[in-house]
Amino acid sequence: MIDLLLEPFTYNYMFKAIWVCALVGGVCAFLSSYLMLKGWSLMGDALAHSIVPGVALAYLLALPYAVGAFFTGILAALSMAIVKQKTKLREDAIIGLVFTTFFAIGLLIVSINPTAVNIQAIILGNILAISDYDIAQVVIISFICLFVLLLKWKDLVAVFFDENHARSIGLPVNALKITFFTLLSAATVAALQTVGACLVIAMVVTPGATAYLLTDRFGRLITISVLLGSLTSALGAYASYFLDANPGGLIVTLQTLIFLAAFFFAPKYGLLKVRKTIAKKVGA
Amino acid sequence: MSNPIVTIKNLSVTYPNGHHALEDVSVNLKSGSICGLVGVNGAGKSTLFKAMMGFVKPTAGNVSIDGMSVRNALKKNLVSYVPQTEEVDWDFPVLVEDVVMMGRYGHMGFLRRPSKTDHDAVAQALERVNMSEYKKRQIGELSGGQRKRIFVARALAQGGNIILLDEPFTGVDIKTEDSLIDLFQSLVAEGRLILVATHNLGSVPSFCDEVILINKTLLAYGSVETTFTQDNLSKAFGGMLRHHQLIGADLHDDEDARGVTVLTDDERPLVLYGEEGGKKIVRTPKRKKADKT
Repeated sequence: MIDLLLEPFTYNYMFKAIWVCALVGGVCAFLSSYLMLKGWSLMGDALAHSIVPGVALAYLLALPYAVGAFFTGILAALSMAIVKQKTKLREDAIIGLVFTTFFAIGLLIVSINPTAVNIQAIILGNILAISDYDIAQVVIISFICLFVLLLKWKDLVAVFFDENHARSIGLPVNALKITFFTLLSAATVAALQTVGACLVIAMVVTPGATAYLLTDRFGRLITISVLLGSLTSALGAYASYFLDANPGGLIVTLQTLIFLAAFFFAPKYGLLKVRKTIAKKVGA
Repeated sequence: MSNPIVTIKNLSVTYPNGHHALEDVSVNLKSGSICGLVGVNGAGKSTLFKAMMGFVKPTAGNVSIDGMSVRNALKKNLVSYVPQTEEVDWDFPVLVEDVVMMGRYGHMGFLRRPSKTDHDAVAQALERVNMSEYKKRQIGELSGGQRKRIFVARALAQGGNIILLDEPFTGVDIKTEDSLIDLFQSLVAEGRLILVATHNLGSVPSFCDEVILINKTLLAYGSVETTFTQDNLSKAFGGMLRHHQLIGADLHDDEDARGVTVLTDDERPLVLYGEEGGKKIVRTPKRKKADKT
């Protein structure tokens, strides 16, 4: 039995998949703690889809995929900013417009060059067959993100909570916001490898949303979120060996299951507790 | 303790979209006083605040705080800002003490690790606004008045001698308003300068020492007694207020020509009583001490 449970670890590719997923899952979860608080969650989705053409081009030209992804990510962000400034369109419409356009261009590039680029790898992730070269990119991105976040997480909380106050105490608000979005795009690029473009959004939203139901303190929220993100990602990759399933699908399903558990059973904000409190008040 | 004086000289602000928000405003604010900043919505109250906090660049003129540029004054944590309640996300996962601690960030090192001094400052600030027992509450669990108080506590923890308050009385009941005013007056007594942006006319004479009336440009500035008159208010609000006037004959049968003027927007009314239909303020009703229950 134990031999069977340990079996995935005897394969080098499984072992790599598990720890890389855990790392990326943790970084994305860290960012999710912030992202879900500002109504910017869909920005993560938009970013993930917008970088597809960049990744496709990078593979075509044999460049590091992170370079291509970054380039189109910034291009997409700029297009959104310009359309927003020049029209009266609402933000959600602009996000929808821009990211689908970029995604479509990406699909086009891939479909014209089916041999050079593996479309499935981009859209669904390719963690089980990830090359050492790509692992290196993911690891570098993740460690830079973690490093910056651990140094500046409190400043980011201050900025997200009350921008004017943050400015009035002399924090470089704009620089911090730009840093956050740069880290976010970097993390989505890394997550692309693990769960694919379609499911990245879950990685940068669900863990934070779950933790939000469990605590009122930001520091703890980050801790819970990162633990959830890392554990579900590692477990998802691990379980994919037995189920012969797509790791991305498993990871996100696990995250959603934990969210549902929190939704019903969270000690303070869970549905059951809220019902009980209301019943008590009505009864009293 | 330093003696901060805010000097605003010929300040003009034009936004990049061409909107002239402020033109040629000059005032000198002394410490140890509460100054009301009164004007209609869009009169430039928030722009003036933003200029004092360096969020907008003056197109002409300048603001100096305690002889320093705004930038340097902010670095020294001289200016604290208390936002409008509506601007705050009350569902944000922070406790009361976390919010107050944010006021200390400017005093902390690169990693924002609070020292004992920081913890003490937070405890004192919470004590000062009577919120110590709520320090472990999530901010959304507080009532309207308590919500204001914790942001005042954040300003106190920051230690600035200049406090900018944006519409502190919207959405709070009269009793809370009175207790907030008590708090402001005790803070001013210690030599701080409090600048209150408000469109709540009625409460201005009862707690402000000075008043600035603006509408794009400076309409009047001076002590409440000489500045907060019907003429000046008409200039500032021009027809935007409910206006009731009871003059001489409406009031009495004798020769007394004095009259009562009531100006109100929906908040506490401003009552002026005096000669020429109440145009001059003979006496503004002083606020009674709030009953302590």
